[in-house]
Amino acid sequence: MSPVRKKRLYTLMLILSAVGLAAFLLLQAFSENMMFYFSTSEVQQGKAPPGRDFRLGGLVVNGTVQRDPNSLKVRFDLTDGAAKVTVEYRGILPDLFREGQGIIANGRLNAEGIFVAHEVLAKHDENYMPPEVAHSLKQAENNAIKTQQATP
Amino acid sequence: MIVEIGHFALILGLAFALVLATVPLLGVEKRQPLWMDVARTAAIGQFALLALAFACLIYAFVQDDFSVKYVAHNSNTQLPLIFKISATWGAHEGSLLLWALILTLWTLAAALFAKQLPPTLKARMLSVLGWVAAGFILFILLTSNPFERLLDIPTEGRSLNPLLQDIGLAIHPPMLYMGYVGMAVAFAFAVAVLLEGKMENAWAHWAQTWTLIAWAFLTLGIALGSWWAYYELGWGGWWFWDPVENASLLPWIVATALIHSLAITAKRGSFQAWSLLLAILTFGLSLLGTFLVRSGVLTSVHAFSSDPSRGVFILVFLVVIVGAALLLFSARAHLVTQRRVFQPLSKETLLLLNNVLLIAIMATVLLGTLYPLILDALGIAKLSVGAPYFNSVIVPLTVPLALLMGLGFATHWRESRAGGLLTQLWPVLLVSALIAFIVPLLLLPDLQGWALVGLFMSAWIALSALQWLWQNRASKNSAGRVTERRRILGAVLAHTGFAVMLAGITVTSLYSIEKDVRLAPEESYSIGTTRFEFGGVIQKQEHNYLASEGTVKVYVNDRWLTNLHPQKRTYLSQSMPMTEAGIDAQLSRDLFVALGEKLDAQAWSLRIQYKPLIRWIWLGAILMALGALLALPSSRQRRQEVAE
Repeated sequence: MSPVRKKRLYTLMLILSAVGLAAFLLLQAFSENMMFYFSTSEVQQGKAPPGRDFRLGGLVVNGTVQRDPNSLKVRFDLTDGAAKVTVEYRGILPDLFREGQGIIANGRLNAEGIFVAHEVLAKHDENYMPPEVAHSLKQAENNAIKTQQATP
Repeated sequence: MIVEIGHFALILGLAFALVLATVPLLGVEKRQPLWMDVARTAAIGQFALLALAFACLIYAFVQDDFSVKYVAHNSNTQLPLIFKISATWGAHEGSLLLWALILTLWTLAAALFAKQLPPTLKARMLSVLGWVAAGFILFILLTSNPFERLLDIPTEGRSLNPLLQDIGLAIHPPMLYMGYVGMAVAFAFAVAVLLEGKMENAWAHWAQTWTLIAWAFLTLGIALGSWWAYYELGWGGWWFWDPVENASLLPWIVATALIHSLAITAKRGSFQAWSLLLAILTFGLSLLGTFLVRSGVLTSVHAFSSDPSRGVFILVFLVVIVGAALLLFSARAHLVTQRRVFQPLSKETLLLLNNVLLIAIMATVLLGTLYPLILDALGIAKLSVGAPYFNSVIVPLTVPLALLMGLGFATHWRESRAGGLLTQLWPVLLVSALIAFIVPLLLLPDLQGWALVGLFMSAWIALSALQWLWQNRASKNSAGRVTERRRILGAVLAHTGFAVMLAGITVTSLYSIEKDVRLAPEESYSIGTTRFEFGGVIQKQEHNYLASEGTVKVYVNDRWLTNLHPQKRTYLSQSMPMTEAGIDAQLSRDLFVALGEKLDAQAWSLRIQYKPLIRWIWLGAILMALGALLALPSSRQRRQEVAE
């Protein structure tokens, strides 16, 4: 092999191993930090991963927001129209959080099946519905129609 | 009537853009200098018409002309004049018109200040800009016409989203667009060079000038957005890895690589093809950013509108423009390539490695931004990739980037000797390490590993840059030498700015204290020696909103420092509340207080934050932008080298 060829080969090997390492790091970080979205119905059917963070979306059920009088703890229910999941959060809720509003919460399920959120997101537009939530609501509605048709 | 004039001016602007896109190009083919000269006239006309159209739209806003749909949806009579004007680009249609206007402004500037380039290259370049302008104006006219009228004329408009009623918003988009769209010049240059089939290295100076100016705007635009999000969204964060933020960061990263690659081309006469590829890529990512923000595929603070036809148009436009450029590149890049020998240890190698790292960082951000969108579009899964992903990949990539950056200052073009480098750099290395150890011990509450790394990198970059400045202090007083010194100073300033930003990011990320607390009036909460005493909330009425205004007295070591007044505003035209934080800003730290919710008759939840060195992030960005402008090649320098 000529010296030039040899040099090129080394360069190529160096680049390839660097790219390989980068790709490995990237995929590692990716799989660890991906958060899937689940609707409340899917959570009730046990589809959500236990012991792992995910995103939960739905409408805040009217009359379910309960505040702890001495701390910033708050509890409320989320629904997609078919199933409810209770959410617990400690902290300041976003400006547009209110009953009946579509929101998304990031967190995980605890042993009692309560969703412990570390972040609650509501969008800065009063007419806005997170698309994931809109999708879940529609799906729950469709399922309801199907079951009705199946049991006349 | 005025509105119709605006609409008509826009249509006429399209006609001028089409002339610009075709006639000069034909002129080059047919060797007709007169046809090529049409480019200048067309560029002037195109800009004048777009400016007229934009002025008409502003006029409609100022006059509260609610017969115009866009005005009715985004303004109302209660809005202060300054926000009526800035509302012009507050939503989709108007911001696209601003995009097009800025593109024609850059085109005009390129037409007027390209005397150094040969006429054929200039004509081709301006034609390419004409194609881009034609595409965008067509897009506006077909899918997003801001001059559309309403049949039912409302007596009052719907108003501008309160978040956007802020001076930060008034200047953030124009700044950002100046940067984004300015990359079109380098893109058009690259395509023109490929059409020409040869590249003279002196032209790289020309391309570098334009890229540097656009880059300075983009840097300031991104920093402004970050600053605005910090004080306006009420969370106290300065970067959220939100897809829209990423969309502006992507072209910035590649443009940074482009500036450095062009420096090699200009100085050493190599890397031509790589520079051209980066120029194409930068503008491609600018277009991608526009697509992401303006197509409604994103759920974000910025995406207020969505209409699938808009997304499809931009996507097709993006694929056609960038696809054609890349095809051209693959067919003709070999024509412009020159090989120059350089040793493994040289400035060239280090700049190349840094380019590779920058591209890797760009790819990481791109993947994290697009992957969830693609999976969702294909119906496979709905997922999101949070900040931890970006942080865990980008932080390790920044370490070698910073190390090479410092090393780059000490190395020579073509060849450096390892021994020489070591003798030169060991003092810098030592002082940087000392700073990294001593600063946390003296000024920070504890010593964390990443703080050590971050501060070391900051000191390393800044000190190597300053050492380089010191080595270049000797001067002869010739004119060229003065320019060279100004450019060196600019480079040092820009890299020091990056070091300042890096230090700010490191310290504020690791040592910020963020607490959500419940406080009744007279109650206090302390962070270290700083005590926040809640003084209750009063109601206030302002011109177009109601506000609950809290008072928080701040004491340091029990001595009164200042009163903060965080607000919760409800705008009259809309029922949505929004948070206005109370901030005490100092170079060393910010105290940030935001009102949460009213919990009972007396108590409120409050968000209290202590953010050390957060100002350094934006200060660093300002230094970087200033440095870029100082580093512009002088027009004399460019001309001389063309003459050689």
